[in-house]
Amino acid sequence: MKILSFLSDMIIPIFLFYIIGWGLLARRDVYNDFLDGSKEGLKTAAGICPALIGLMTGVGILRGSGFLNFAGEQLGKLTSGIGIPSEILPLTVVRMFSSSAATGLLLDIFKQYGTDSRAGFMGAVILSSTESLFYCMSVYFAAAKVEKTRYTLPGALLATLAGTITAILLTGICI
Amino acid sequence: MTYLWSGMIMIGIIYGALTGNFKAVTEATVSSGKDAVTLCISMAGIVAMWSGVMKIAENAGMVEKLSGKMRPVMRYLFPDLDPESKACKYISLNFLSNILGLGWAATPAGLKAMESLAELEHRPGTASRAMCTFLIINISSLQLIPVNMIAYRAQYGSADPAAVVGPGIVATAVSTAVAVIFCRIMNRKGRAI
Repeated sequence: MKILSFLSDMIIPIFLFYIIGWGLLARRDVYNDFLDGSKEGLKTAAGICPALIGLMTGVGILRGSGFLNFAGEQLGKLTSGIGIPSEILPLTVVRMFSSSAATGLLLDIFKQYGTDSRAGFMGAVILSSTESLFYCMSVYFAAAKVEKTRYTLPGALLATLAGTITAILLTGICI
Repeated sequence: MTYLWSGMIMIGIIYGALTGNFKAVTEATVSSGKDAVTLCISMAGIVAMWSGVMKIAENAGMVEKLSGKMRPVMRYLFPDLDPESKACKYISLNFLSNILGLGWAATPAGLKAMESLAELEHRPGTASRAMCTFLIINISSLQLIPVNMIAYRAQYGSADPAAVVGPGIVATAVSTAVAVIFCRIMNRKGRAI
């Protein structure tokens, strides 16, 4: 655990040192290269800003109306019968829209039931093995200016579902 | 995207109306835009910074080397793409950073990958097979060690914070395997038509 957190503290500085060192050894004008790249990066970021505003408004409305909670709770009721804690489904639903909101929910579960409880452990594994589907899709497709997403959504949903089910089964066996 | 987005807003407003949550819906509408711009600004800083660093690595030939090692994987997943193309390099970079848990480096690489994939696309506005594959695999989650999750668990007094790593890796592997199989099937189908 100590080593892990040490490594995660070290990784950014080492990474930077390594890349810039490599650039210098290759006799590149690293500063100008940096400026070129960051200019492109700014353009990219500005390009996805409208999509982000759209998405966050949509998610905000969905959350504000209580629909996300409602959908999650209903699903939670259905699944608590088969041994999945009722907090888990709302978590996976929220997770698809927003990482930070899902993390908030998980921390609530930690506080209420403890990190090593069934719900806490299951939630932690689920969040570790899924991504915020709708956020990723809207940001990445905005960068490519794509409207028709074809089979991305079914594929991504399928993968998320597979990861979630595996996480539930595994932790169900463990605890 | 049109259906997704409008669906989200319509369902939200209808549900809000039914449950009398109009006030919360209004508040969300007003404040979300502001939150999004705040997020954009902080993201712009990170993306610009790492795009700059990526450019250094690219010009110094580092990216070339890394993506060379990923070539067999790329050829398997993206039969449509030229392994030497810019898009392929950015995708390799994005996958590698995701696997290592370097989210701040993964996002800029992923965005650049999508931009270069869009340049290759003949029908603007439509996702190419490569884009679908890239996103599905990206969303299937690739991260091996969830550093943040371990930190949260430690902070909230877990007896063994790193216990999530094992099941996490298995679940991630399963979801990525499902994503790869799905994309392979869709790739085949697309070619038949």
